[in-house]
Amino acid sequence: MIALAVTTSWYMMLAAALFSIGVAGVLMRRNALVMFMSIELMLNSVNLTFVAVGSDLGLIEGHVAALFVIVVAAAEVTVGLAIIVAVFRKRASADADQLAELRG
Amino acid sequence: MTDLIWLVVAIPLVGAAVNLFLGKRIGEPLSGWIGFGAVAASFLIAVEPMLGFFAGDSEPSTHFLFSWIPVLGVNAELLWDPLSALLTMIVTGVGALIHLYSIGYMHGDERFPRFFSYLNLFIASMLILVLAANYAVMFVGWELVGLSSYLLISFWFTKPTAAAAGKKAFIVNRIGDWGFLVAMMLIFAAFGTFDFDIIFGTAPGVLSVTMATAITLLLFVAAAGKSAQLPLYIWLPDAMEGPTPVSALIHAATMVTAGVFMMARSAVLFELAPVSGGIVATIGAATALLAAVIAVSQRDIKRVLAYSTISQLGYMVLGVGVGAYTAGVFHLTTHAFFKALLFLGAGSVIHAMSGEQDMAKMGGLRKKMPITFFTMGAAWLAISGIFPFSGFWSKDEILAATFAQGGAWYLLWGIGIVVAVLTAFYMTRLFVLTFLGKPRWDADAHPHESPASMTIPLIVLGAFTVSFGLVNTPFRLSFEHFLEPSFHGIPHVEGLTNVLITSLASVTLVVAIAGIVVAWRRYRVDELPVEVGGWWDRALVGFGVDDLYGRWIVAPGRRASELASRADAVVLDGAAHGIATGVRSAGEALKPVQSGRVRTYAGILAVAAVALVVVTVLVGGGF
Amino acid sequence: MPVLTILIALPFVGAAIIGLLPRRRPEVVFPVAIGVSVAPLAVAIYLLAEYSLDGTTFQFFENYVLSERFGIAWELAIDGISLFMVVLTAVLFPLAIAASASVRDKLKTYMILMLVLEGAVLGVFLALDLLVFFAFFEIVLIPMYLLISMWGSDRRAYAALKFVVFTAIGSAFLLVGIIVLGILAGDAVGATSSFDWRVMLSMDISESTQMWLFAGFGIAFAIKVPLFPFHTWLPDAHTEAPTAGSVILAGVLLKMGAYGLLRFNLSLFPDASVDLAPVLAVLGVIGIIYGAAAAIVQPDIKRLVAYSSVSHMGFIILGIFAFTSQSLQGSVFQMISHGLTTGALFLLIGMIYDRTHTRAISDYGGLAKQMPVYAGIFLFSAFASAGLPGLSGFVGEFTILVGSYLTLPVLTIIAGLGVILAAVYLLWAYERVFTGPLNPKLEGLKDLSFRELAIMVPLVVLIIGLGVYPKPVMDRIQPSVEQIIDRLEGASDYQVPEFGRLTDVESVVGVGHEGGGG
Repeated sequence: MIALAVTTSWYMMLAAALFSIGVAGVLMRRNALVMFMSIELMLNSVNLTFVAVGSDLGLIEGHVAALFVIVVAAAEVTVGLAIIVAVFRKRASADADQLAELRG
Repeated sequence: MTDLIWLVVAIPLVGAAVNLFLGKRIGEPLSGWIGFGAVAASFLIAVEPMLGFFAGDSEPSTHFLFSWIPVLGVNAELLWDPLSALLTMIVTGVGALIHLYSIGYMHGDERFPRFFSYLNLFIASMLILVLAANYAVMFVGWELVGLSSYLLISFWFTKPTAAAAGKKAFIVNRIGDWGFLVAMMLIFAAFGTFDFDIIFGTAPGVLSVTMATAITLLLFVAAAGKSAQLPLYIWLPDAMEGPTPVSALIHAATMVTAGVFMMARSAVLFELAPVSGGIVATIGAATALLAAVIAVSQRDIKRVLAYSTISQLGYMVLGVGVGAYTAGVFHLTTHAFFKALLFLGAGSVIHAMSGEQDMAKMGGLRKKMPITFFTMGAAWLAISGIFPFSGFWSKDEILAATFAQGGAWYLLWGIGIVVAVLTAFYMTRLFVLTFLGKPRWDADAHPHESPASMTIPLIVLGAFTVSFGLVNTPFRLSFEHFLEPSFHGIPHVEGLTNVLITSLASVTLVVAIAGIVVAWRRYRVDELPVEVGGWWDRALVGFGVDDLYGRWIVAPGRRASELASRADAVVLDGAAHGIATGVRSAGEALKPVQSGRVRTYAGILAVAAVALVVVTVLVGGGF
Repeated sequence: MPVLTILIALPFVGAAIIGLLPRRRPEVVFPVAIGVSVAPLAVAIYLLAEYSLDGTTFQFFENYVLSERFGIAWELAIDGISLFMVVLTAVLFPLAIAASASVRDKLKTYMILMLVLEGAVLGVFLALDLLVFFAFFEIVLIPMYLLISMWGSDRRAYAALKFVVFTAIGSAFLLVGIIVLGILAGDAVGATSSFDWRVMLSMDISESTQMWLFAGFGIAFAIKVPLFPFHTWLPDAHTEAPTAGSVILAGVLLKMGAYGLLRFNLSLFPDASVDLAPVLAVLGVIGIIYGAAAAIVQPDIKRLVAYSSVSHMGFIILGIFAFTSQSLQGSVFQMISHGLTTGALFLLIGMIYDRTHTRAISDYGGLAKQMPVYAGIFLFSAFASAGLPGLSGFVGEFTILVGSYLTLPVLTIIAGLGVILAAVYLLWAYERVFTGPLNPKLEGLKDLSFRELAIMVPLVVLIIGLGVYPKPVMDRIQPSVEQIIDRLEGASDYQVPEFGRLTDVESVVGVGHEGGGG
C-alpha cells in the first residue's frame, strides 16, 4: 500500500474547489440549466464536507445532514427543472438574464 | 289614594302606546276617545289626593317606584305635594279638555290616532316633569316634553316650515338643557344626590353663595329655553306651525310654564342667590316688554297669542325672580286657563274660517260664533287684567311683589305696568279685529260655530277664566295656603300693606282700561288703520332677531363645521397620506437594487459571504 | 365545562359548517348562517344568567398552559365589563348577519368571514393572556379587511387598506409593549417571560417604564377607539363597508379599543394613567366636539353616523380618564348603549340603501310619508343616539358627565355641549331625509319587511329596556369598575374625590387631577 494518507483536509480542499467552481458557474453562465448544474455542484461539495468531517469526528450527524441535503436537493431539482422547462416553453430560451420581470 | 299616583303617569303612557301601535286599527274617533279617556282617568285619580291638601289634612309624600341609575343614587321616585298636585291638575284637567277639543279639531286628519298618541305621550312626560322627586327624573320629563313638542310641532311634516319649526324648537331647548345638565353636575358634586328633600333640606347650611348663584343661573338657562325667555324665546313663535290644540296645550298652558315651575320648585336655591334673582327678574321683565311690543304688530292671530304667551311667561319669571313664587305659580295657573282658552278660541275661529289666520280677513264673527265670542271675550278681559277676572289678581300680585322690593326694582315694576298697557292694547286689537266690525272675509268663506266637542272645552275653560282668580285675593289667600307646604321656609314678600295693594291694583286696573280704550277707539272703526312700513314692518318680523341668530350663530357654526370636516380631509388625512407617500418614495429610491437579474443577486450574495468570512477571520481572530 | 372556550369555538365551528355546505344549494347558506350565529347568543345568555352577583369580578375562569417556559396560557375569564361586551357581540352578530340578505356575491365566503370575525372578537373580550389577546386582536383585522374590500362600495379598496394600515401601525406598538411587559413579568416569576395578566397586575413597574408601555398600548387602543386625531380611518371604513361590516365596526370593534384601555392601561400602568389622563381626556373632549361638528355638514348619511361615533366614543374616553366610579360605569354602559344605537342606525341606513342604492342625503326627502314605520324607527334611533332620557344613550352619557365633573370640571362642561350638537346633526339629517314633500324618485318604495322589522325590534326593545331599567347591567358592571378604581388608588398616589363635598365654586379649582399628578 502506498503510505500516502488521504486526510480529511484533502476532502476539504476538494470540496472547496468544487464549491468555487460551482460559484463561478452560477455567476458566469447565463443558461439557467447550467446555473442549476452549478448549484448542484455546490450542494454536493457541501455534502462531501459533511461526510468527511462526520467520519473524521466519528459522528453520525454528518451523514444524516448529507442525506437531508440530497433529499432536499432532489426536491429542489424537481421544482427547479419544472420551472425551467415551463419558462423554456414560453420563451424558447433559458437565459437567466432575460428573466427579469420581477425587477423593482 | 296617593299610592296610586304612579297610575297618573302610567295611564297616559299606555294610552300613547295603544294609539301608536293599534291606532290604525282603532281609527277615528275611537282613538281620540281613548286618548281623552286616559287623561281624564289621570285627572280623576289625582283629584282626591289633591283635595287632601286643600283640606289641610295631607302631608307631602314621596313614592318610590324603582331604582333607576344606582351608581348615581337616582331612583324613579314621585313627589306628591301641593305644587306638583296643582300642576298635575292643570296638566290633566286642561289636557283632558284639549284632548276633547282635538277630537273635533283633528277630524278627518289621516294621522288622527297618531296625534292622540303624541298628545298622550306629552301628558305623561309633563306629569313625569311635575311629579319628579329629584332633578334627574325631572330632567327626564323635561326632555320628553321637548320630544313630544318636537313631534307635535312637526306633526304636519310634509310642510317644510313645520318640520323646520319642530327641529328649531328642540335644538333651542337643548341649549337650555345643557344648562340643566351642568346645573345637575354641580348639584351632584355639591350634594352627592339629586333628591329634592335632601338638597332643599341641607342647601342653606352647606351651599356657598357663589355655588348657589352658579347653580341657579344654570337652571335659569334651562328655564329660559323651555319658558321662552330672552335670548332663547325664538322657537316659540315658530312653534305655531303645529296644530292649534298643540299650541294651546303645550305652547301656552303647560310645557312652556315648566321653566317657571322648575324655578319655583328650586325656590330654596334661588333664595340663597339674590344676584340670580335679580338677573332672572330683569330678563323676565325685558322679555315681557319685547314680546308685548312685537305682539302689537302681528297680523296672524296665532302669532299674536304666541308673543303674548312669551310676554306673560316674562311676568311669571319676573315673579319668581323677585321671590314671589306663589304669585308666579298663581299666574301660571290662571294663564293656563285663559291662554288655553284664547288658543282654543283662535283654533275655533281658524277652523271656522277654513284655515285663515290673518286677522285682516276676519271681523264680524260675533254673530256667527257666539260661544267662541263670549268665551274668548272672558279670556280677553282676563289677560288684560280687568277686575275681577283671574288675570287681574295674578298679574297684580306679581307687580305688587316687585314694587315691594323698592329701589331699582321700581324700574321693573314700571316695565310691568307698560307691559300691562300693551297687553290690554294688543288683546283688544285681536278681539276687535276678529269678532267685531264688518266682515272682511273672502266670499267663499262660510264661518260657523264649531261642534260641541270644541265648544264644551271653551265653556269650561271660560268658567275657570272668570272665577279662578278669586281663590287668591289679597283678602282671602287660600291658594297661598294651599301651596304653603311646597314653599316651606321660604320667606314671604314683605312690606305689602292692604292700602298699598289696593292702590297698586287700582293703577294696574286703570292702565289696563286705558289700553283697552285706546285700542278700541283705534280699531272699532269701519276703515282699519294701515299698519305697514317703518316700525310696523320691523316689529312684524320680531325685529329681525331670527336673522341675527342666523347671521351670527348659525352661519358661523356651519362654517366651523365645514372647516372641521375639511380639516379632517386635508390636515389629518393629509398627514396620514404624507407618511404613506414618504414610505412609498423611500421604496421608490431603493427600487433599482432589485434589478431582477438572478446573477447579480448571486454575485452580491457571494461577495457578501466572502466579506462575512473575511470579517469573521479578522475580527474574531480565526475559526 | 369550559363554557368560554366553547363560546369562542362556536363561531369557528359554524364557519366550518358553512364551508362544508354543498355548493349546489346556495339558498341554505343564509338560514344556516343565522342559525349558527344564534348559538353564541344562547351561550351569552347562559353566562348572563349564571353570572354571580356576589362581588367576584372574574368568573368562569379557564386556564390551560400552552407554554410553561414562555408563560403563555389559554386563559379565559369574564368580568362585569367583558360580560356585556360578549353579550353585545353575541346580539349584534346575528342581527348583522340577518341584515345581509342583499349580499348575493360569494355569500358563503361572506358568512364564513362574519363568523370568524365573531369568534375573534369574542376571543379579544375573553382572553386574559396578553399574547392570546393580541392574537385575537389581530385576527379580527383579516375578516374585516376582506369584508370591506370585497363587499364594500365604490372606494372600498382605499378604505380597507386605510383601516388595516392604521390598525396595524397601532398593533406594532402594542406587540412591542406586550413583549416588553411579558419579559418583565417573566423576571418577576422566574421564567423567560409571562403573559398572564394577573401576574402583571402584581408587578411593580417603574413610572418611566409605565409611561413607555402606556404609550405603546395607548396608541394601539386610541387608534381602535378611535381617539382624535387618529380617527380618520373610521369615516372611510364605516362608509365603504357593507351594512353588516359597519354595524360590527361601530358596534363592537371600536369597543375593543375602549376595553383595552380599561383592562390593560388603567390596571397595568396606574401611575402613567394618572399622569396622562388629562391628555387623553382633552383628546376625548376634542373628539366629542370635533366629531359632532364634522357630522353636521356631511352630505352622506352613513358618513354622518360615522362621525357621530367619533363624538360618542369621546364621551367614553372622557369617562374612563375621569377616574371616578361613576364616570367609569357610565363609560362601560355607554359602550353597550352606543353599540345598540349606532348599530341600529347603520342597520337602518343599510335597509334604505338596499332600496335606493344611494347614501346622499340630498337624494332623499319626505320619506316619512312613504315609509312611516321606517321613519319612526329611524327617529327613535336618532333620539336614542342623541341621548334622550328614557333610552339607553342618556343613562350612559348622563352618568359619564355627572361622574366626570368632579375631577375634570371644565372639560366636562365643554363635553356637555356635544349633547346640543348631537341634536343638531341628527335632527337636521332627519329633516332633510324624512320630512317635506316626498321626493318623486322615492315613490313606490316599500316600508320595512317582516325580516327587517324582526331585526330592528330587538334593538328597540333593548334600547328602551336599558334606558328605563339599567340597574341589572349596572349592578354587574360596578364590582369590576370598583376593582379598577381600587387598583388605581392602591398603586398610585391618586385619590378619588368624594361626591357631595363640593359646595363652593372656588374649590373647583385645584380639585382632581387636572392640575396634574393627582
